[in-house]
Amino acid sequence: MGFEVLLKGNNMLRLLGGLGVALYISLISVAISIFLGIILGALMTLKNPVINVFSRVYLEIVRIMPQMVLLFIVYFGATKVLGLNLSAEVSAVIVFSFWGTAEMSDLVRGALSGIDTIQYESSAALGMNTAQTYFHVIIPQIIRRLIPLSINLITRMIKTTSLVMMIGIVEVLKVGQQIIEANRKSSPNAAFGVFATIFLLYFLACYPISLLSKYLEKKWEN
Amino acid sequence: MDFNVIKDYLPLYIKAFMLTIKIGWIGIALSLGIGVISAFILHFKIPFFSAVVKVYVELFRNTPLLVQLFFVYFGLPKLGISISAEACGAIGLGLLGGSYMAESFRSGLGAVKLSQTESALALGMKKRQLFTSVILPQAITLSVPAVVANLIFLLKETSVFSAISLMDLMFTAKDLIGLYYNTTECLFMLVIFYVIMLLPVSVLGSIVEKKARFKMFGD
Amino acid sequence: MEEILKVNNLSKRFDDIVVLDNLSLTVKKGEVVVIVGPSGCGKSTFLRCLNGLEDIEEGEVLLGDEKVNPNKKNLSKTREKIGMVFQSYDLFPHKTILQNITLAPIKVKKRNKAEVTEEALKLLDRVGLLSKKDNYPRQLSGGQKQRVAIVRALIMHPEVLLLDEITAALDPEMVREVLDVVLALAKEGRTMLIVTHEMAFAKAVADRVIFLENGKIVEEGSPAEFFDKPKTDRLKRFLETFSYEK
Repeated sequence: MGFEVLLKGNNMLRLLGGLGVALYISLISVAISIFLGIILGALMTLKNPVINVFSRVYLEIVRIMPQMVLLFIVYFGATKVLGLNLSAEVSAVIVFSFWGTAEMSDLVRGALSGIDTIQYESSAALGMNTAQTYFHVIIPQIIRRLIPLSINLITRMIKTTSLVMMIGIVEVLKVGQQIIEANRKSSPNAAFGVFATIFLLYFLACYPISLLSKYLEKKWEN
Repeated sequence: MDFNVIKDYLPLYIKAFMLTIKIGWIGIALSLGIGVISAFILHFKIPFFSAVVKVYVELFRNTPLLVQLFFVYFGLPKLGISISAEACGAIGLGLLGGSYMAESFRSGLGAVKLSQTESALALGMKKRQLFTSVILPQAITLSVPAVVANLIFLLKETSVFSAISLMDLMFTAKDLIGLYYNTTECLFMLVIFYVIMLLPVSVLGSIVEKKARFKMFGD
Repeated sequence: MEEILKVNNLSKRFDDIVVLDNLSLTVKKGEVVVIVGPSGCGKSTFLRCLNGLEDIEEGEVLLGDEKVNPNKKNLSKTREKIGMVFQSYDLFPHKTILQNITLAPIKVKKRNKAEVTEEALKLLDRVGLLSKKDNYPRQLSGGQKQRVAIVRALIMHPEVLLLDEITAALDPEMVREVLDVVLALAKEGRTMLIVTHEMAFAKAVADRVIFLENGKIVEEGSPAEFFDKPKTDRLKRFLETFSYEK
């Protein structure tokens, strides 16, 4: 059924290496997204009209534009319009961070505005200053709400990185294609085995993270 | 930007656009069907099928559409199951979307308060009446926001169809860029067509979402 | 008077905790029985057992000569005869006030829509909410919602009405409007079992008051004896928690 091709030489290792590339790109993008997302999300709660308009337009762009289109714009467009020569990897990180920051900022804004004003008021009534209120009362609550959601963002990011093969990055799908191509004669059914394996690899990468996110969400529900 | 180029390419883009929305909406229709059936199976805990649905939902929610499409389009023919790129796109989107819709409908059903069930039972309603006149209408309203989000997500996912040689918007844009290097115009048109495809859904979706929220919670 | 509801040796456990302990009670037609007791004493569970929302582990509940059995197929038939109103009103949010009231008679009793609507409007008028008939529950105050919930139960023509802490979730100023409706129902001879924390109301409405603690009836009697000459120390102590002395 084409699985035998993966046992040949270092094919399986190459496939895992390809998955590694995808994971690497997604982890960098997630880190950037969380960092920028927290800043933007906090800014959004200030109710500053300029920030509001900017963030609404930004979020709407991300909401309706496929990441693939954004990838094309950055990878092909930036070179042409700005004369920048971005590598495919850098383009991918830019696009995924652009997307992830939007998602993250919306989560942060939601978490922040979801905290009841009574929490601030009762902290003030207890004589806490602003720093103490945030440090002891608000931030711990926000973190509990955000961690499961940010972990969830990681799985979505990993799934999205499969797109980077479309701009020529050699990740797991591309490696898979190369293996199939190279063994066309000896293993004509390699496509089944290789793609089934990749399917499973992605599942194995994402499922535990989804479970963790669900578990934490349940645990911290109240 | 050269508007003559845009004019020249327009028919190609329109053709690709029509194909993209055709496959997209067929896939979405499939996903709604699969989602509803799966959610019912999960809600009523139908033995065996429940387990199958759970595995299906987890498998498809935790893998990228691109990988699913590659497996179906390039992998399955090796087992003698060959389908056209168009059918593959629609089925792939339907299966991916079905797993998301199943979750949305299931949590909608689960979100109807237990006290609603109890007060309906106290009025003498049978299980069936309870489900059709009390639980289901509320569950549908409660799942609206998630379903709207899924619709937008699935329409965006159509952008990976080009990977299995479907002549969709992405394919057309990439092809034209490769052939004539009119990158700016090609990307501009790509964006415009995706805006045409998604903005109305996004705006309408927000309105429907607000209405649904108001209906359930009055705020 | 004719006995309408009979509870024989009812017992119920949640895991290891005994919620109802060998409880027996007989309610006559037209009688208003008020059940009071500390939180967690099993009063709500008791009411829920009476219309089969809770499993009955030991003992039996008889409505007339019909047994209430949560596992029986025609439980819904029995429930048509027992109305219940809950603390959280639980109107159906997707239906208008009128639809909330007419849903069960039309769907469950298969009654004629026009006739049911007419009756519903009459009842709504009685509780002063006729003008709200086309509103949705979200547009009503808590007290108004609870009055609708009472009407929704009444239109099924129940033989017994169970009221489970129906004012507990209301703002104080809305309690009265709901209790007035219940008082009027008592006057016209409705059979009711009422769980409440409103002692003054209990005194006014009850034919008989029951003090429940740890799943057992500790004391029962007419409102006059019950509130003014409690026999047991436990009831005395319970009643004291409602009065203030300087």
